[in-house]
Amino acid sequence: MHELSIVMSIIEIAEKQAKAANASVIEEIELDIGTLSGVAMDALEFAWQQAVKQTMLQDSLRKINRIEAKAKCLDCDTEFTIEKYDDACPACGEHLLNILQGKELRVKSLLVS
Amino acid sequence: MCATCGCDSGSKSTFYLLDNDQPQHGYIQSHSHGHDHSHSHSDDHLHQHSHDDHQGLLHDHSHQHPHQRTVIDVEQDVLHQNNLLAERNRGYFDAKNILALNLVSSPGSGKTSLLERTLNDLKGDLRFAVIEGDQQTTNDADRILATDTRVLQINTGKGCHLDSQMILQAVQQLKPAENSVLFIENVGNLVCPAMFDLGEKERVVIISVTEGDDKPLKYPDMFHTSTLCIINKTDLLPYVPFDIEKVKLNAKKINPHLEIIELSCTSGEGLPLWYEWLKSKVLTVAVS
Ligand SMILES: Nc1nc2c(ncn2[C@@H]2O[C@H](COP(=O)(O)OP(=O)(O)OP(=O)(O)O)[C@@H](O)[C@H]2O)c(=O)[nH]1
Ligand SMILES: [Mg+2]
Ligand SMILES: [Zn+2]
Ligand SMILES: [Zn+2]
Ligand SMILES: [Zn+2]
Ligand SMILES: [Zn+2]
Repeated sequence: MHELSIVMSIIEIAEKQAKAANASVIEEIELDIGTLSGVAMDALEFAWQQAVKQTMLQDSLRKINRIEAKAKCLDCDTEFTIEKYDDACPACGEHLLNILQGKELRVKSLLVS
Repeated sequence: MCATCGCDSGSKSTFYLLDNDQPQHGYIQSHSHGHDHSHSHSDDHLHQHSHDDHQGLLHDHSHQHPHQRTVIDVEQDVLHQNNLLAERNRGYFDAKNILALNLVSSPGSGKTSLLERTLNDLKGDLRFAVIEGDQQTTNDADRILATDTRVLQINTGKGCHLDSQMILQAVQQLKPAENSVLFIENVGNLVCPAMFDLGEKERVVIISVTEGDDKPLKYPDMFHTSTLCIINKTDLLPYVPFDIEKVKLNAKKINPHLEIIELSCTSGEGLPLWYEWLKSKVLTVAVS
């Protein structure tokens, strides 16, 4: 359950940013989470409920942008969507891939007041 | 226990420095995560108002404080803090020419056994220090200490992985020698440690033949982020169904750069390959 550490980092980042902006309420938090980020969404949800109590994120609306993973084949340059690291290039069948996106795990924005 | 973030299930960790010269265990308890807990909920919000009315751009607040909604473009990596401290550790290791290796596996794949063998067999050739990560007990550190190696045990409590902050603190106490090899045995867990860079030079994932040959496909993140995969307990191959070629193929599909070494800590078969790999990394570090 590393998702608990993840959520605690999110809280830390959000509170720091909100306080720096002299805000007292975080109304909304927007997260980018790639499908290859290593975060299990159900575990994140569980950890979230536990961890945000008595923090500025307790009542915040949470918006998650799921970013689908894309890769480029290093052999034939084809770009394609991948679900798993062991997916093969649909054009040539090779596995030597450059992951272009899908590993994101970041706090994108906050709506504060 | 910290009421705000529930550190009991978070990152309360304990450090024990074990040293043959000093029979008393060093003991430091720390609350190692970075956030401060001053949740100064100022009283601006004693008033109850619905935020729906903020949708309209022009409306007058009856209360005094300016109450503007602002979007903050944060764009910050959630693991930013861990990655920063990992880079700091990496810089420290580089400066002292310390080869730091992060050993990860499921519980019981043989991380500590591999270290015991290695430390005993190579202690004439290389200098070592070890950081042990477990949720509870100093059992593994005791086993390392028996090989006469400097060792520090981190107990993570309920924490399921080591992080770079723990390593920073551990290294400050352990003070590994210059030009040495630092083994970091992570908490037995093939999932959680994958995301946490400790500042290591190489990540070594260990699986054993008793675990089933679908491990790489089930836990791809760990195989994707490792540079070496050790397949341990090959002495048991005659007794368990384990298609070693299939494992290698699948692991390579996930990570084409992954090196693979098969060995048995019990019989010693394959250990020379591992020692060769280790020494080649030490050489690389020494030259760079
Ligand atoms: N047959 C056989 N048993 C082994 C081998 N290597 C380790 N073992 C046994 O596997 C068990 C677990 O080994 P450990 O070295 O404690 O495993 P670990 O990965 O450090 O375990 P945790 O720290 O609990 O995650 C022990 O009973 C070892 O004796 C091997 O090569 N062959
Ligand atoms: Mg162990
Ligand atoms: Zn986890
Ligand atoms: Zn291709
Ligand atoms: Zn706390
Ligand atoms: Zn905490």
